[in-house]
Amino acid sequence: MASLIPDIVEDALVLDPVDSPRRRRLPRLRVWRAVVLFVAGAYFLIPIYAGLRFSLENDAGHLSLYAVKVIPSEPGFSAAFWLSMRLAVVTLALTLVLMVPTSVYVHLKFPRLRRVMDFVTVLPIVIPPIVLILGVLRAAPLWLRASPYLLSLVYVILSMPFVYRSLDAGLTAIDLKTLVEASRSLGGNWLNTLWRVVVPNLRSALLSATVLTLALVLGEFTMASLDLWTTLPVWIYQFQQVDAHVSTAVSMVSLVGTWLLITLIVSLDRSQSRRTRRRTNNS
Amino acid sequence: MNSATSDGTSVVSGPGASAPGAGDADVAPSRRRAIGRFLRPMAAMAPFSIYSFLGLGVPILAVIYYAFHSEQGRLSLSNLSLVMHGSYLLGFENSILLALITSIVPGILGLILAYAIATSRSAMLKRLVATASGVLANFGGINLTFMFIATLGSTGILTAWLSAIHLNPWNFGFNLYSFYGVVLVYLYFQVPLMVLVITPALGGLRQSWREAAENMGASSWGYWRHVGIPVLMPSVLGGMLLLFGSGFAAYATAETLTAGTVTLAPIQIGSLLAGNQLAGQENVGYAVGLGMFIVLAVTMILYGLVRRRASKWLR
Repeated sequence: MASLIPDIVEDALVLDPVDSPRRRRLPRLRVWRAVVLFVAGAYFLIPIYAGLRFSLENDAGHLSLYAVKVIPSEPGFSAAFWLSMRLAVVTLALTLVLMVPTSVYVHLKFPRLRRVMDFVTVLPIVIPPIVLILGVLRAAPLWLRASPYLLSLVYVILSMPFVYRSLDAGLTAIDLKTLVEASRSLGGNWLNTLWRVVVPNLRSALLSATVLTLALVLGEFTMASLDLWTTLPVWIYQFQQVDAHVSTAVSMVSLVGTWLLITLIVSLDRSQSRRTRRRTNNS
Repeated sequence: MNSATSDGTSVVSGPGASAPGAGDADVAPSRRRAIGRFLRPMAAMAPFSIYSFLGLGVPILAVIYYAFHSEQGRLSLSNLSLVMHGSYLLGFENSILLALITSIVPGILGLILAYAIATSRSAMLKRLVATASGVLANFGGINLTFMFIATLGSTGILTAWLSAIHLNPWNFGFNLYSFYGVVLVYLYFQVPLMVLVITPALGGLRQSWREAAENMGASSWGYWRHVGIPVLMPSVLGGMLLLFGSGFAAYATAETLTAGTVTLAPIQIGSLLAGNQLAGQENVGYAVGLGMFIVLAVTMILYGLVRRRASKWLR
């Protein structure tokens, strides 16, 4: 990101020697653009810098790694961390088991139902999480409300828009019908076909669905706090009263971790698609 | 998709079996197949349909049901009339005001930023901004709150920089933990959201239109007045409606930033759920929830209409 600023400044300072009335406007336009990008860059980068800086500071204001180092030993941290992890794994498993066969089936046999799927999976974006949890807490039976996994069940709903979009894009990109027919004519049953033919071909779509679901579950605050379960974000919020440096440090570490994960997945995806393209070009 | 050869079992019966004049013996299997053709999709769609109904339909129905029922379980409009008056009405007014400000201001800023990037020639800058917008638009909640406290809180870094030049914003009536603090923080995910939404529309603004307008003697302003703005308007409006929905529904950021002290509809629901309710008004939260649901449904219907109009210029 640091290389952004010199690039813009250079862009702004290079004046065009050509002196036609149309060209004379350009330098002014470039200055204008540099100002816009500078203000935007400052607005978006300063808070990130401040967050990182604050988590690398001790109470005296000196640079120190103490806030990062003490994270694992803080009271309640590991319980909250593992609760979030368990919720993430359960949510992910449920989401994939529910959405992958359904999306494959709709693409293969009932393309007309795609519009219905589009509509249903966009609803969780329209219905605010706070209203959804309000209804869930009232409608869920008591034994379910007593379990943290109620959150997983609701997170499956919240992740549906992202997961369905990426599966839909992935399924549109491959020749699903030919693949399935080839597998079936070679004697593979439905489950075998799904697991050994369709899923490997959907690798990058599944990866992005996974990342989006994990990011969603690990960052979700509204529902977890109102269902009174101390997941990682809820713990971070509560712990700021004890030590704001440590809280901010956990928040920044989880943020950087999520970004690294997304970058990793995106680059994996890109190398995968490049390989596919090369293969297509060779054939 | 319904061709017989696509499923392995029908290969056994072969084309001869369904040939004309095959006789009565063929009727029963074909009817069974017809039933199978009807039942199999039902069975395959059942898990998803049932899950969506239980996870989305039932909670919404519960909210609607309890919004219209008193604590004694009788049909009543008292919850709704509570929402139309006093502090709950104020919550809605504030929420709508917040959503309006955080859709119009970031809408304009996002448009300017997207235009600055769309007209630049640096491919790297475009890619960087696209990725960053994707990440930042999904930002919110506790991380964002902490970042802004570290920036503009009373001991924040930017506060320190500004007070070094005697411009400490807290001395000029600024308060991060207030309504306008929430507005400032919301810009952080609303502007990138607008950039994401509006960039394709800016790409649809073709250079040849501008050249055609200039050939016919239009000034830069004339081009914008008669071509640029009319073409972009539906997309800009659509983007702002999306921002309105996102600003109206957001809870976590406002709650964590202000510790629930700002009167907004979502925060009132949260507070009611946490048990801060008056006797005899236990169900008012559901009426607030129903109100939020209606506002968002209307917003999204408008968004769908505007989008259809906007897609006319995008191919």
